[in-house]
Amino acid sequence: MANKTYSFYPGCSSQNKASSSNYLVSTNSMCQKLGITLNEVPDWNCCGASIGYGGGGELPRIVLSARNLALSEQHNAGQDMVATCAACWLASREAKERLDHSPQMKADANEALKEAGLEYKGQAQARHMVEVLIEDIGYDALKAGVKKPLQGVKFAGYVGCQTNRPFGIAGESFENPLYLDNLVEAMGGEAVKSYDQKVTCCGGALAFSEPEKSQKQIKDIIESAYDHGADMIVTPCPLCQANVEIYQGEVNKRYGTKFNIPVTYYSQLITVAYGGTAAEAGLNGHVVAPAKLAEIAGK
Amino acid sequence: MSEMKYHNNFLKEVEERVEEGHMVKMCMQCGVCSGSCPFGPHWAHPPQELFMMIRAGKREEVLSSDSMWMCTSCYQCIVRCPRKLPITHIMHGLAYLAKREGLAPKGQPTAEFGQMFWDNLTKDGRVNELKLSLSLYFKDGFGQGVKNAMAMQSVGMGLMKAGRLNPMEILGGHKIKDKSGFHAMLKKAREIEDARRKLA
Ligand code: SF4
Ligand code: SF4
Ligand code: SF4
Repeated sequence: MANKTYSFYPGCSSQNKASSSNYLVSTNSMCQKLGITLNEVPDWNCCGASIGYGGGGELPRIVLSARNLALSEQHNAGQDMVATCAACWLASREAKERLDHSPQMKADANEALKEAGLEYKGQAQARHMVEVLIEDIGYDALKAGVKKPLQGVKFAGYVGCQTNRPFGIAGESFENPLYLDNLVEAMGGEAVKSYDQKVTCCGGALAFSEPEKSQKQIKDIIESAYDHGADMIVTPCPLCQANVEIYQGEVNKRYGTKFNIPVTYYSQLITVAYGGTAAEAGLNGHVVAPAKLAEIAGK
Repeated sequence: MSEMKYHNNFLKEVEERVEEGHMVKMCMQCGVCSGSCPFGPHWAHPPQELFMMIRAGKREEVLSSDSMWMCTSCYQCIVRCPRKLPITHIMHGLAYLAKREGLAPKGQPTAEFGQMFWDNLTKDGRVNELKLSLSLYFKDGFGQGVKNAMAMQSVGMGLMKAGRLNPMEILGGHKIKDKSGFHAMLKKAREIEDARRKLA
Protein backbone atom coordinates (compact mmCIF):
# COMPACT_ATOMS: atom_id res chain seq x y z
CA MET A 1 0.00 0.00 0.00
CA ALA A 2 1.91 3.01 1.22
CA ASN A 3 5.59 2.03 0.94
CA LYS A 4 6.94 4.47 3.45
CA THR A 5 10.16 4.23 5.41
CA TYR A 6 10.88 5.58 8.88
CA SER A 7 13.56 5.49 11.50
CA PHE A 8 12.06 3.70 14.50
CA TYR A 9 12.57 4.30 18.22
CA PRO A 10 10.76 1.46 20.03
CA GLY A 11 11.55 2.41 23.64
CA CYS A 12 12.21 0.31 26.72
CA SER A 13 8.69 -0.78 27.55
CA SER A 14 8.19 -2.38 24.15
CA GLN A 15 11.20 -4.68 24.32
CA ASN A 16 10.77 -8.43 24.24
CA LYS A 17 9.06 -9.54 27.48
CA ALA A 18 8.74 -5.99 28.78
CA SER A 19 5.48 -4.39 29.89
CA SER A 20 4.25 -3.34 26.44
CA SER A 21 5.91 -5.98 24.27
CA ASN A 22 2.53 -6.66 22.67
CA TYR A 23 2.43 -3.03 21.49
CA LEU A 24 5.58 -3.73 19.50
CA VAL A 25 4.23 -7.03 18.14
CA SER A 26 1.07 -5.34 16.90
CA THR A 27 2.97 -2.31 15.59
CA ASN A 28 5.18 -4.54 13.48
CA SER A 29 2.18 -6.41 12.10
CA MET A 30 0.29 -3.20 11.43
CA CYS A 31 3.23 -1.62 9.61
CA GLN A 32 3.79 -4.70 7.54
CA LYS A 33 0.15 -4.63 6.43
CA LEU A 34 0.30 -0.91 5.69
CA GLY A 35 3.53 -1.09 3.71
CA ILE A 36 5.50 0.85 6.30
CA THR A 37 9.16 -0.07 6.77
CA LEU A 38 10.66 0.61 10.19
CA ASN A 39 14.43 0.87 10.59
CA GLU A 40 15.29 0.59 14.24
CA VAL A 41 17.66 3.28 15.55
CA PRO A 42 20.80 1.26 16.25
CA ASP A 43 21.77 1.13 19.93
CA TRP A 44 19.00 3.51 21.05
CA ASN A 45 18.78 4.31 24.75
CA CYS A 46 16.00 5.03 27.25
CA CYS A 47 14.37 8.46 26.88
CA GLY A 48 14.30 9.10 30.64
CA ALA A 49 10.48 9.04 30.66
CA SER A 50 8.55 11.56 32.69
CA ILE A 51 10.30 10.66 35.93
CA GLY A 52 13.92 11.01 34.73
CA TYR A 53 14.15 14.60 36.00
CA GLY A 54 14.41 13.50 39.62
CA GLY A 55 17.80 11.87 39.25
CA GLY A 56 18.98 13.40 36.00
CA GLY A 57 18.20 17.11 36.01
CA GLU A 58 17.94 18.97 32.72
CA LEU A 59 20.96 18.58 30.44
CA PRO A 60 21.67 14.89 31.16
CA ARG A 61 18.00 14.18 30.49
CA ILE A 62 17.98 16.12 27.21
CA VAL A 63 21.22 14.49 26.15
CA LEU A 64 19.51 11.09 26.36
CA SER A 65 17.15 12.11 23.58
CA ALA A 66 19.87 13.97 21.69
CA ARG A 67 21.83 10.71 21.49
CA ASN A 68 18.87 8.88 19.95
CA LEU A 69 18.24 11.66 17.45
CA ALA A 70 21.95 11.82 16.56
CA LEU A 71 22.05 8.06 15.99
CA SER A 72 18.93 8.32 13.87
CA GLU A 73 20.40 11.14 11.75
CA GLN A 74 23.59 9.23 11.25
CA HIS A 75 22.27 5.74 10.50
CA ASN A 76 18.82 6.41 9.07
CA ALA A 77 19.58 9.64 7.27
CA GLY A 78 16.68 11.52 5.76
CA GLN A 79 14.06 9.55 7.71
CA ASP A 80 11.75 10.90 10.41
CA MET A 81 12.31 9.22 13.77
CA VAL A 82 9.03 7.63 14.83
CA ALA A 83 8.17 6.54 18.37
CA THR A 84 5.24 4.45 19.54
CA CYS A 85 5.51 5.30 23.23
CA ALA A 86 3.98 8.59 24.32
CA ALA A 87 6.80 9.36 26.73
CA CYS A 88 9.51 8.52 24.19
CA TRP A 89 7.89 10.74 21.62
CA LEU A 90 7.38 13.59 24.05
CA ALA A 91 10.94 13.42 25.40
CA SER A 92 12.42 13.34 21.90
CA ARG A 93 10.27 16.11 20.58
CA GLU A 94 10.76 18.29 23.63
CA ALA A 95 14.52 17.78 23.52
CA LYS A 96 14.56 18.61 19.83
CA GLU A 97 12.64 21.80 20.46
CA ARG A 98 15.04 22.92 23.19
CA LEU A 99 18.14 21.97 21.21
CA ASP A 100 16.99 23.69 18.04
CA HIS A 101 15.82 26.75 19.92
CA SER A 102 18.86 27.35 22.12
CA PRO A 103 22.35 27.49 20.59
CA GLN A 104 23.76 27.20 24.12
CA MET A 105 21.83 24.03 24.86
CA LYS A 106 22.85 22.57 21.53
CA ALA A 107 26.53 23.38 22.11
CA ASP A 108 26.38 21.86 25.60
CA ALA A 109 24.62 18.75 24.36
CA ASN A 110 27.13 18.31 21.57
CA GLU A 111 30.02 18.67 23.98
CA ALA A 112 28.55 15.76 25.93
CA LEU A 113 27.71 13.76 22.79
CA LYS A 114 31.30 14.08 21.62
CA GLU A 115 32.25 11.77 24.47
CA ALA A 116 30.25 9.09 22.68
CA GLY A 117 31.57 10.08 19.25
CA LEU A 118 28.26 11.58 18.16
CA GLU A 119 26.91 14.89 16.98
CA TYR A 120 23.37 16.30 17.03
CA LYS A 121 22.66 18.30 13.89
CA GLY A 122 18.90 18.70 14.13
CA GLN A 123 17.99 17.00 10.87
CA ALA A 124 15.60 14.30 12.05
CA GLN A 125 12.01 15.03 13.03
CA ALA A 126 10.58 13.34 16.13
CA ARG A 127 7.13 11.95 15.36
CA HIS A 128 4.52 9.65 16.85
CA MET A 129 3.19 6.61 15.00
CA VAL A 130 -0.31 8.10 15.16
CA GLU A 131 0.94 11.09 13.15
CA VAL A 132 2.27 8.74 10.52
CA LEU A 133 -1.11 7.03 10.31
CA ILE A 134 -3.29 10.09 10.06
CA GLU A 135 -0.98 12.59 8.36
CA ASP A 136 1.09 10.44 6.00
CA ILE A 137 -1.52 7.79 5.22
CA GLY A 138 -4.86 9.34 6.16
CA TYR A 139 -8.18 7.97 7.39
CA ASP A 140 -9.57 7.28 3.93
CA ALA A 141 -6.62 5.21 2.81
CA LEU A 142 -6.62 3.39 6.15
CA LYS A 143 -10.28 2.61 5.75
CA ALA A 144 -9.81 1.38 2.21
CA GLY A 145 -7.64 -1.54 3.34
CA VAL A 146 -10.00 -2.94 5.98
CA LYS A 147 -10.76 -6.64 5.46
CA LYS A 148 -12.64 -7.43 8.67
CA PRO A 149 -14.52 -4.41 10.00
CA LEU A 150 -14.68 -4.34 13.81
CA GLN A 151 -18.43 -4.31 13.60
CA GLY A 152 -20.46 -4.20 16.79
CA VAL A 153 -17.52 -3.55 19.11
CA LYS A 154 -17.72 -0.38 21.20
CA PHE A 155 -14.46 1.33 22.01
CA ALA A 156 -13.80 4.05 24.58
CA GLY A 157 -10.89 6.02 23.10
CA TYR A 158 -8.61 6.85 25.98
CA VAL A 159 -6.03 9.33 24.72
CA GLY A 160 -4.34 10.16 28.06
CA CYS A 161 -1.86 12.96 28.49
CA GLN A 162 1.32 12.77 26.62
CA THR A 163 0.19 12.06 23.08
CA ASN A 164 -2.19 14.96 23.63
CA ARG A 165 -0.31 17.56 25.65
CA PRO A 166 1.66 19.74 25.31
CA PHE A 167 2.18 19.04 21.59
CA GLY A 168 -0.71 16.84 20.62
CA ILE A 169 -1.64 15.80 17.13
CA ALA A 170 -1.96 18.70 14.69
CA GLY A 171 -5.51 19.95 14.29
CA GLU A 172 -6.81 18.26 17.44
CA SER A 173 -8.01 20.03 20.59
CA PHE A 174 -6.47 19.32 23.99
CA GLU A 175 -9.82 18.87 25.69
CA ASN A 176 -11.50 16.62 23.15
CA PRO A 177 -9.14 15.08 20.62
CA LEU A 178 -11.00 12.98 18.05
CA TYR A 179 -8.30 11.00 16.31
CA LEU A 180 -8.77 7.77 18.26
CA ASP A 181 -12.49 7.85 17.61
CA ASN A 182 -11.77 8.47 13.93
CA LEU A 183 -9.34 5.57 13.79
CA VAL A 184 -11.88 3.28 15.48
CA GLU A 185 -14.52 4.28 12.94
CA ALA A 186 -12.13 3.86 10.04
CA MET A 187 -11.68 0.26 11.23
CA GLY A 188 -15.44 -0.26 11.27
CA GLY A 189 -15.78 -0.19 15.05
CA GLU A 190 -18.09 1.96 17.13
CA ALA A 191 -16.49 4.90 18.95
CA VAL A 192 -18.09 5.81 22.27
CA LYS A 193 -18.16 9.52 21.63
CA SER A 194 -19.64 10.49 24.96
CA TYR A 195 -16.71 8.96 26.85
CA ASP A 196 -15.70 11.81 29.10
CA GLN A 197 -12.40 10.62 30.60
CA LYS A 198 -10.51 10.73 27.32
CA VAL A 199 -7.74 13.00 28.47
CA THR A 200 -7.68 12.24 32.18
CA CYS A 201 -4.23 11.46 33.55
CA CYS A 202 -3.79 7.85 34.66
CA GLY A 203 -1.31 8.86 37.33
CA GLY A 204 1.77 8.08 35.27
CA ALA A 205 4.73 7.00 37.37
CA LEU A 206 2.73 7.69 40.53
CA ALA A 207 0.73 4.51 39.89
CA PHE A 208 3.90 2.84 40.98
CA SER A 209 5.20 5.13 43.70
CA GLU A 210 1.96 6.47 45.22
CA PRO A 211 -0.86 4.04 44.44
CA GLU A 212 -3.30 5.45 47.02
CA LYS A 213 -3.45 8.70 45.05
CA SER A 214 -3.30 7.44 41.50
CA GLN A 215 -5.82 4.60 41.70
CA LYS A 216 -8.63 7.13 41.92
CA GLN A 217 -7.59 8.35 38.45
CA ILE A 218 -7.68 4.82 37.09
CA LYS A 219 -11.06 4.20 38.65
CA ASP A 220 -12.55 7.30 36.98
CA ILE A 221 -11.12 6.31 33.60
CA ILE A 222 -12.61 2.80 33.74
CA GLU A 223 -15.88 3.70 35.38
CA SER A 224 -16.76 6.15 32.64
CA ALA A 225 -15.96 3.54 29.98
CA TYR A 226 -18.44 1.16 31.63
CA ASP A 227 -21.02 3.90 32.16
CA HIS A 228 -20.97 4.73 28.46
CA GLY A 229 -21.35 1.13 27.37
CA ALA A 230 -17.86 0.44 26.06
CA ASP A 231 -16.73 -3.14 25.43
CA MET A 232 -13.12 -2.15 25.69
CA ILE A 233 -10.75 0.77 25.99
CA VAL A 234 -8.27 1.69 23.25
CA THR A 235 -5.21 3.89 23.81
CA PRO A 236 -2.06 5.10 22.04
CA CYS A 237 0.08 5.15 25.21
CA PRO A 238 1.89 2.13 26.73
CA LEU A 239 1.94 3.55 30.22
CA CYS A 240 -1.78 4.37 30.05
CA GLN A 241 -2.37 0.85 28.80
CA ALA A 242 -0.38 -0.73 31.60
CA ASN A 243 -1.76 1.46 34.37
CA VAL A 244 -5.38 1.08 33.32
CA GLU A 245 -5.19 -2.64 32.63
CA ILE A 246 -2.97 -4.18 35.26
CA TYR A 247 -4.15 -2.31 38.34
CA GLN A 248 -7.82 -3.23 37.86
CA GLY A 249 -7.52 -5.94 40.49
CA GLU A 250 -5.99 -3.48 42.95
CA VAL A 251 -8.64 -0.86 42.18
CA ASN A 252 -11.35 -3.49 42.72
CA LYS A 253 -9.90 -4.28 46.14
CA ARG A 254 -9.69 -0.65 47.14
CA TYR A 255 -13.10 0.49 45.86
CA GLY A 256 -15.13 -2.70 45.88
CA THR A 257 -15.66 -2.43 42.11
CA LYS A 258 -15.81 -5.38 39.70
CA PHE A 259 -13.81 -3.97 36.81
CA ASN A 260 -12.63 -6.38 34.14
CA ILE A 261 -12.34 -4.42 30.93
CA PRO A 262 -9.72 -4.99 28.22
CA VAL A 263 -7.37 -2.15 27.31
CA THR A 264 -6.00 -2.34 23.78
CA TYR A 265 -3.78 -0.39 21.39
CA TYR A 266 -4.89 1.23 18.12
CA SER A 267 -2.23 -0.92 16.44
CA GLN A 268 -4.06 -4.05 17.57
CA LEU A 269 -7.34 -2.78 16.15
CA ILE A 270 -5.75 -2.03 12.80
CA THR A 271 -3.94 -5.36 12.68
CA VAL A 272 -7.17 -7.29 13.33
CA ALA A 273 -9.21 -5.18 10.93
CA TYR A 274 -6.56 -5.77 8.29
CA GLY A 275 -7.00 -9.51 8.66
CA GLY A 276 -4.18 -10.26 11.12
CA THR A 277 -4.29 -13.20 13.51
CA ALA A 278 -4.69 -12.86 17.27
CA ALA A 279 -0.98 -13.60 17.68
CA GLU A 280 0.00 -10.98 15.09
CA ALA A 281 -2.09 -8.46 16.99
CA GLY A 282 -0.45 -9.40 20.31
CA LEU A 283 -3.84 -10.29 21.76
CA ASN A 284 -2.20 -12.99 23.88
CA GLY A 285 -0.32 -10.30 25.79
CA HIS A 286 -3.13 -9.12 28.03
CA VAL A 287 -4.05 -9.50 31.66
CA VAL A 288 -7.70 -8.90 30.71
CA ALA A 289 -8.20 -10.68 27.37
CA PRO A 290 -9.85 -8.60 24.60
CA ALA A 291 -12.26 -11.42 23.72
CA LYS A 292 -14.31 -9.51 21.15
CA LEU A 293 -11.24 -8.64 19.13
CA ALA A 294 -9.93 -12.20 19.33
CA GLU A 295 -13.29 -13.40 18.06
CA ILE A 296 -13.04 -11.21 14.96
CA ALA A 297 -9.42 -12.20 14.41
CA GLY A 298 -10.43 -15.88 14.59
CA LYS A 299 -13.20 -15.61 11.98
CA MET B 1 26.91 28.96 49.77
CA SER B 2 24.18 29.64 47.32
CA GLU B 3 22.06 31.39 49.90
CA MET B 4 24.85 33.90 50.60
CA LYS B 5 25.30 34.64 46.94
CA TYR B 6 21.66 35.38 46.28
CA HIS B 7 21.19 37.58 49.37
CA ASN B 8 17.81 36.18 50.03
CA ASN B 9 16.72 36.83 46.48
CA PHE B 10 15.18 33.45 45.88
CA LEU B 11 13.49 34.50 42.65
CA LYS B 12 16.90 35.33 41.20
CA GLU B 13 18.27 32.02 42.40
CA VAL B 14 15.37 30.17 40.77
CA GLU B 15 15.93 32.07 37.53
CA GLU B 16 19.55 31.00 37.42
CA ARG B 17 19.47 27.53 38.90
CA VAL B 18 16.13 25.98 37.97
CA GLU B 19 15.10 24.55 34.60
CA GLU B 20 12.94 27.20 32.89
CA GLY B 21 13.12 29.19 36.14
CA HIS B 22 13.40 32.46 34.23
CA MET B 23 9.71 32.14 33.41
CA VAL B 24 8.46 32.20 37.01
CA LYS B 25 8.19 35.98 37.00
CA MET B 26 5.65 35.80 34.18
CA CYS B 27 3.04 34.20 36.44
CA MET B 28 0.00 36.40 37.01
CA GLN B 29 -1.45 34.30 39.82
CA CYS B 30 -4.67 33.42 38.03
CA GLY B 31 -4.85 29.96 39.59
CA VAL B 32 -5.76 28.09 36.42
CA CYS B 33 -2.86 25.66 36.87
CA SER B 34 -3.82 24.78 40.42
CA GLY B 35 -7.42 24.22 39.39
CA SER B 36 -6.38 22.01 36.47
CA CYS B 37 -3.97 19.73 38.25
CA PRO B 38 -5.30 16.18 38.76
CA PHE B 39 -3.30 15.87 41.95
CA GLY B 40 -4.27 19.29 43.26
CA PRO B 41 -6.13 17.91 46.28
CA HIS B 42 -3.01 16.10 47.51
CA TRP B 43 -0.67 19.05 47.40
CA ALA B 44 0.30 21.39 50.19
CA HIS B 45 1.31 23.98 47.57
CA PRO B 46 -0.06 23.83 44.03
CA PRO B 47 2.02 25.54 41.30
CA GLN B 48 0.46 28.99 41.58
CA GLU B 49 1.19 29.04 45.29
CA LEU B 50 4.76 27.84 44.83
CA PHE B 51 5.39 30.63 42.35
CA MET B 52 4.04 33.17 44.82
CA MET B 53 6.23 31.74 47.56
CA ILE B 54 9.27 32.00 45.30
CA ARG B 55 8.65 35.69 44.86
CA ALA B 56 8.17 36.07 48.57
CA GLY B 57 11.62 34.52 49.10
CA LYS B 58 10.42 31.45 50.98
CA ARG B 59 13.38 29.31 49.96
CA GLU B 60 13.26 26.67 52.70
CA GLU B 61 9.53 26.25 52.49
CA VAL B 62 9.51 25.84 48.72
CA LEU B 63 12.47 23.51 48.43
CA SER B 64 11.43 21.29 51.31
CA SER B 65 7.85 20.99 50.02
CA ASP B 66 6.79 17.63 48.65
CA SER B 67 4.41 19.27 46.16
CA MET B 68 6.79 19.34 43.20
CA TRP B 69 7.24 15.61 43.54
CA MET B 70 3.53 15.04 42.97
CA CYS B 71 3.68 16.26 39.37
CA THR B 72 2.94 13.42 36.93
CA SER B 73 3.92 15.46 33.85
CA CYS B 74 0.37 15.44 32.55
CA TYR B 75 0.86 18.92 30.97
CA GLN B 76 -2.69 19.98 31.77
CA CYS B 77 -1.39 23.17 33.41
CA ILE B 78 0.91 24.04 30.52
CA VAL B 79 -1.74 23.93 27.86
CA ARG B 80 -4.11 26.03 29.95
CA CYS B 81 -1.78 28.67 31.43
CA PRO B 82 -2.68 32.05 29.90
CA ARG B 83 0.92 33.26 30.32
CA LYS B 84 2.45 30.16 28.71
CA LEU B 85 4.62 29.21 31.66
CA PRO B 86 6.34 25.84 31.21
CA ILE B 87 4.96 24.85 34.61
CA THR B 88 5.70 21.14 34.37
CA HIS B 89 9.38 21.81 33.73
CA ILE B 90 9.59 24.40 36.47
CA MET B 91 8.09 21.86 38.89
CA HIS B 92 10.66 19.29 37.81
CA GLY B 93 13.44 21.85 38.02
CA LEU B 94 12.45 22.90 41.55
CA ALA B 95 12.31 19.27 42.62
CA TYR B 96 15.76 18.62 41.22
CA LEU B 97 17.28 21.71 42.87
CA ALA B 98 15.69 20.71 46.18
CA LYS B 99 17.25 17.31 45.87
CA ARG B 100 20.71 18.60 45.00
CA GLU B 101 20.55 21.06 47.91
CA GLY B 102 19.58 18.23 50.26
CA LEU B 103 16.23 19.83 51.08
CA ALA B 104 13.84 17.35 49.45
CA PRO B 105 11.65 15.67 52.09
CA LYS B 106 13.23 12.47 53.35
CA GLY B 107 11.57 9.31 52.07
CA GLN B 108 9.28 11.08 49.56
CA PRO B 109 8.29 8.03 47.47
CA THR B 110 8.34 9.68 44.05
CA ALA B 111 11.69 11.32 44.78
CA GLU B 112 13.09 7.92 45.65
CA PHE B 113 11.47 6.22 42.68
CA GLY B 114 12.83 8.95 40.39
CA GLN B 115 16.37 8.32 41.58
CA MET B 116 15.96 4.54 41.24
CA PHE B 117 14.61 4.98 37.74
CA TRP B 118 17.55 7.17 36.77
CA ASP B 119 20.09 4.75 38.29
CA ASN B 120 18.40 1.86 36.56
CA LEU B 121 18.39 3.47 33.13
CA THR B 122 21.86 4.98 33.29
CA LYS B 123 23.47 1.70 34.28
CA ASP B 124 22.74 -0.18 31.04
CA GLY B 125 21.19 2.55 28.91
CA ARG B 126 17.76 0.90 29.02
CA VAL B 127 15.28 0.32 31.79
CA ASN B 128 15.20 -3.06 33.42
CA GLU B 129 11.63 -3.23 34.66
CA LEU B 130 12.07 -6.17 36.98
CA LYS B 131 15.04 -4.74 38.87
CA LEU B 132 13.21 -1.43 38.98
CA SER B 133 10.16 -2.91 40.64
CA LEU B 134 12.24 -4.96 43.03
CA SER B 135 14.25 -1.94 44.12
CA LEU B 136 11.02 -0.04 44.69
CA TYR B 137 9.52 -2.80 46.80
CA PHE B 138 12.67 -3.20 48.86
CA LYS B 139 13.48 0.45 49.35
CA ASP B 140 12.25 0.44 52.95
CA GLY B 141 14.16 -2.66 53.95
CA PHE B 142 13.71 -6.34 53.51
CA GLY B 143 10.66 -6.93 55.73
CA GLN B 144 8.67 -4.12 54.19
CA GLY B 145 9.88 -5.26 50.78
CA VAL B 146 8.40 -8.70 51.19
CA LYS B 147 5.15 -7.12 52.30
CA ASN B 148 5.07 -4.72 49.33
CA ALA B 149 5.96 -7.45 46.89
CA MET B 150 3.23 -9.70 48.28
CA ALA B 151 0.69 -6.92 47.92
CA MET B 152 1.58 -6.53 44.25
CA GLN B 153 2.05 -10.23 43.59
CA SER B 154 -1.15 -10.62 41.63
CA VAL B 155 -0.16 -7.73 39.38
CA GLY B 156 3.23 -9.27 38.71
CA MET B 157 1.87 -12.76 38.12
CA GLY B 158 -0.70 -11.43 35.67
CA LEU B 159 2.01 -9.67 33.70
CA MET B 160 4.26 -12.67 33.70
CA LYS B 161 1.51 -14.88 32.32
CA ALA B 162 0.84 -12.33 29.63
CA GLY B 163 4.55 -12.43 28.66
CA ARG B 164 5.09 -8.86 29.76
CA LEU B 165 7.39 -9.31 32.74
CA ASN B 166 10.50 -11.39 32.38
CA PRO B 167 11.79 -13.07 35.53
CA MET B 168 15.10 -13.73 33.77
CA GLU B 169 15.76 -10.02 33.52
CA ILE B 170 17.30 -10.21 36.95
CA LEU B 171 20.23 -12.02 35.34
CA GLY B 172 20.90 -9.41 32.70
CA GLY B 173 18.15 -7.93 30.64
CA HIS B 174 18.24 -5.28 27.98
CA LYS B 175 21.33 -3.17 27.46
CA ILE B 176 22.88 -0.82 24.95
CA LYS B 177 26.19 -1.74 23.31
CA ASP B 178 28.15 1.46 23.72
CA LYS B 179 27.93 1.65 27.48
CA SER B 180 31.26 3.39 27.95
CA GLY B 181 30.47 6.17 25.49
CA PHE B 182 27.03 6.51 27.04
CA HIS B 183 28.43 6.83 30.56
CA ALA B 184 31.10 9.32 29.48
CA MET B 185 28.41 11.37 27.73
CA LEU B 186 26.21 11.53 30.81
CA LYS B 187 29.14 12.36 33.07
CA LYS B 188 30.08 15.25 30.82
CA ALA B 189 26.49 16.49 30.66
CA ARG B 190 26.28 16.50 34.41
CA GLU B 191 29.57 18.39 34.75
CA ILE B 192 28.41 21.07 32.32
CA GLU B 193 25.07 21.45 34.03
CA ASP B 194 26.55 21.51 37.52
CA ALA B 195 28.93 24.28 36.51
CA ARG B 196 26.18 26.36 34.89
CA ARG B 197 23.70 25.90 37.70
CA LYS B 198 26.29 26.08 40.48
CA LEU B 199 25.27 22.69 41.81
CA ALA B 200 27.86 21.18 44.10
S1 SF4 C 1 -2.32 9.24 30.99
FE1 SF4 C 1 -0.70 8.38 32.20
S2 SF4 C 1 0.56 7.10 30.92
FE2 SF4 C 1 -0.77 8.29 29.65
S3 SF4 C 1 0.44 9.99 29.16
FE3 SF4 C 1 -0.67 10.61 31.00
S4 SF4 C 1 0.65 10.05 32.67
FE4 SF4 C 1 1.41 9.05 30.84
S1 SF4 D 1 -1.92 29.24 35.16
FE1 SF4 D 1 0.00 30.26 34.66
S2 SF4 D 1 -0.33 32.41 35.14
FE2 SF4 D 1 -1.98 31.27 36.10
S3 SF4 D 1 -1.24 30.91 38.19
FE3 SF4 D 1 -0.65 29.13 36.98
S4 SF4 D 1 1.41 29.61 36.25
FE4 SF4 D 1 0.52 31.50 36.96
S1 SF4 E 1 1.90 18.75 34.74
FE1 SF4 E 1 2.21 18.48 36.91
S2 SF4 E 1 1.71 20.47 37.81
FE2 SF4 E 1 0.88 20.46 35.75
S3 SF4 E 1 -1.24 19.82 36.00
FE3 SF4 E 1 -0.04 17.97 35.55
S4 SF4 E 1 0.53 17.12 37.55
FE4 SF4 E 1 -0.17 19.24 37.86
